[in-house]
Amino acid sequence: MKSKKIVLHFPKDLVNKPIVYRLIKEYDLSFNILKAKILPDEEGLMVMELEGDESDYRKGVRYLKKAGVSMQPLSKDVRRDDEKCTHCGACVVCCPSEALSVNRKTGEINFETEKCIACELCIPACPTKAMVLEF
Amino acid sequence: MTKTVEEINKKIRNRKAVVVTAEEMASVVKKDGAEKASEKVDVVTTGTFGPMCSSGVFLNFGQSKPKIKMHKVYLNDVEAYSGLAAVDAYLGATQMSRGDSLNRIKPGRFSYGGGHVIEDLISGKKIKIKASAYGTDCYPRLSYDGEIRLKDINEAIMCSPRNAYQNYNCAVNVSDKTVYTYMGILKPHLGNANYCSAGQLSPLLNDPEYRTIGPGTRIFLGGARGYVSWNGTQHNPGVQRGANGVPCKPAGTLMVTGNLKEMSPEWIKGASMTGYGASLIVAVGVPVPVLDEKIAAFCGVSDEDIYCPIVDYSKDYPQGTGRTLGKVSYAELRRGEIKVKGKTVPAASLSSYYKAREIAEKVKEWVEEGSFLLGRAQETLPGPSSNISFKSLPPDSGRGK
Repeated sequence: MKSKKIVLHFPKDLVNKPIVYRLIKEYDLSFNILKAKILPDEEGLMVMELEGDESDYRKGVRYLKKAGVSMQPLSKDVRRDDEKCTHCGACVVCCPSEALSVNRKTGEINFETEKCIACELCIPACPTKAMVLEF
Repeated sequence: MTKTVEEINKKIRNRKAVVVTAEEMASVVKKDGAEKASEKVDVVTTGTFGPMCSSGVFLNFGQSKPKIKMHKVYLNDVEAYSGLAAVDAYLGATQMSRGDSLNRIKPGRFSYGGGHVIEDLISGKKIKIKASAYGTDCYPRLSYDGEIRLKDINEAIMCSPRNAYQNYNCAVNVSDKTVYTYMGILKPHLGNANYCSAGQLSPLLNDPEYRTIGPGTRIFLGGARGYVSWNGTQHNPGVQRGANGVPCKPAGTLMVTGNLKEMSPEWIKGASMTGYGASLIVAVGVPVPVLDEKIAAFCGVSDEDIYCPIVDYSKDYPQGTGRTLGKVSYAELRRGEIKVKGKTVPAASLSSYYKAREIAEKVKEWVEEGSFLLGRAQETLPGPSSNISFKSLPPDSGRGK
């Protein structure tokens, strides 16, 4: 089994074509879309976690590349230094993927790393520099 | 029913005092009414944990051999004001390290300033100290270059001129560019709304008319015992208030003092506000003695009853127009979304409600244990009828920019 977070770039002319669903249908891969911005006549961007059998994964990636989708691994990770975090919430409104959220009952700030797309917007928003980028 | 601080202290010593947090008091008053609540409850504990720029520390380093009268002194390259006696200095939270690029490339990161030095001192880290002097007959040394740790210096007394603001603005940005403020990063077109108060848990919102708080009030400061020393700077008690006595905008403030050597890095943290500057996140908790029914009613306040103004930080705040975009309650803010000019805007807090609650719980524990007696205010802070007027600088001479 292989599971990886990848960033896909769709050129303008590909945006209107169905591509991603074939990963499931023909390559038996499963994916979890972490972020997607695909609008007609614009370059599209999608961040996904792609998972499947090693050889299926390879084939799937080959298919994507052949179709004209450029891709790169999401190699950065954002980590939270829990000693520094004060649970204020300044990061929450900056987070586009809802990886950072407020527990409305306790007031605690949750950080769900699996939802994080490493966009780094939380980093300058954090007064105590608790959000750190790791390569 | 009325009580005195001395009577409550007697109960605390005998571990018979009934102590609740401000959050719990809201439900007690709602359920039993203020009169019953004032009979039942002796002390209400509060807390707040947010960036407080007007914070700092008086330091006395001890003398070198031969002696020095410090003319300029830098701690990890951050200047401390030394216009005091020979080896005394005041380190302010927002002072930036020498050589920081500030806002030359906007937005600056302001990664190390006075607040960070204060946190490093409390953490027990070694701090580089560089001092220069002009030399006198009694203090001949011209410079000093060494390292200190908090435990090695004579005194480190936190003395902050303005902490625990009573209520604050909710900051938004109506322009089409991101603005970087002391209220955090504000996205264009009302992209977010940032606020900074513990609301119903906040010290001065539980004693809105300052009937119990003043110089001598014993408080929780940075994890240690501290005191209210005076009203804070910009203390502005005369602002408009609701029927419940709660000010509708920033009003009272506290000047506070405590021993830095007893504080903990968990409760004092250096802060960097992108594009703005360095600051210090300070934990303050004040126990409010429930002396009578009126004070019980005040402490019963909840987030639904506390409103703050929504202020545009792209134009109205910097230009001082005084215009607001309406008001919003802390209950709405805490739900995470507010309405501004018909638009739904996500709201975020800069002060930690989670930690504010922990502070109130901690103070409650201390009082219940009998280890934290109430300090009776020697006089209370100037109140709503004190005729304090809020002043501004006179018009610029025309030479300023």
